Amino acid sequence: MTATILAIATSLITLIFIIVLLRRGSLKEKYAVLWLAVASAALILAVFPGLLRWITTSLGVEIPANLLFFITIVVLVLVAVQLSYELSKHEAQIRRLAEEVALQQEELRALRKRFEP
Amino acid sequence: MIAIPAWNESGSVVGVINEVRRWAPGADVVVINDGSTDNTELLARQAGAVTISLPFNVGVGGAMRAAFLYARREGYDAVVQVDADAQHDPEEIPALLAGLADADIVVGTRFHADSTYRVRGPRRWAMTLLSRSLTRMAKSSLTDTTSGFRSAGPRAIDLFADAYPAEYLGDTVGSLTIAIREGLVIHEVPVTMQYRRIGRPSKSALWSTLYLGRASLALVVQVSKKDRHRHRDVVT
Repeated sequence: MTATILAIATSLITLIFIIVLLRRGSLKEKYAVLWLAVASAALILAVFPGLLRWITTSLGVEIPANLLFFITIVVLVLVAVQLSYELSKHEAQIRRLAEEVALQQEELRALRKRFEP
Repeated sequence: MIAIPAWNESGSVVGVINEVRRWAPGADVVVINDGSTDNTELLARQAGAVTISLPFNVGVGGAMRAAFLYARREGYDAVVQVDADAQHDPEEIPALLAGLADADIVVGTRFHADSTYRVRGPRRWAMTLLSRSLTRMAKSSLTDTTSGFRSAGPRAIDLFADAYPAEYLGDTVGSLTIAIREGLVIHEVPVTMQYRRIGRPSKSALWSTLYLGRASLALVVQVSKKDRHRHRDVVT
């Protein structure tokens, strides 16, 4: 019983925390959607522990906790890959901006030289 | 246009600019200051070079793409890359430019009969592997794929302004791979180089082994990229 309360409390706090971040505008929707889904799923499983047991048996997994850990690891790996992807894209964009800034700066200097003898 | 990518090269950049002037009097000299923390930029400008100053260090590949972007915007029809650490001999610039008559890219190779350039161990294996692979792809002999002393004609400038890779070894091996895939003609001319007058000391065995691994990975990644648009840093 205490375990159930702990699980419900944890997923609720996570859910509220995500919503607060989202409302403050410090978390973008495209990332928030995923975390909201994860937190909601955790909450549902916490409220109805029977659901997890049922899924576990249907999938032929012996221990419910193992299924939970497996799903958690898969989700976290996917998130890590997605973040690396976003990071790579941003690095490319920042590099482009750096090049552009450098070229503009040079052009500005050349222009200034032409108009200020 | 002579492009000199420079990162904290205040000790050698002025000498290189003056030498370049001597051997290529008609060319504009552009120093790409790659986020130097010393006064490389000021010295280069005082020596009469155009300076393009990147706000932070992006590596040789990033610096060269800025150079090609500049060359395309300003309408230059040839770019010669010369390193700021004085290892490239500007005396060879006319040969690199002359080679553009029947090629899009001319690479100065350190491996030829008169050369004293030798490498050993994993670094040598890596370089052999790279040159064999690229020679097969290009269908013309490429012995020194990691040489940074090279020239580029109009087609290469146009391609590189969009797609010069910034990854490790991208500035040398990666750029050649992209050029080959775009059907550009690459030739080699023999050059001599002055080694480590100011630059880093020789590498350890561990470093060389890592180099082999990263070189192979870089090659595989470059070869497996799909088309020109994949090479670009697509900004969506």
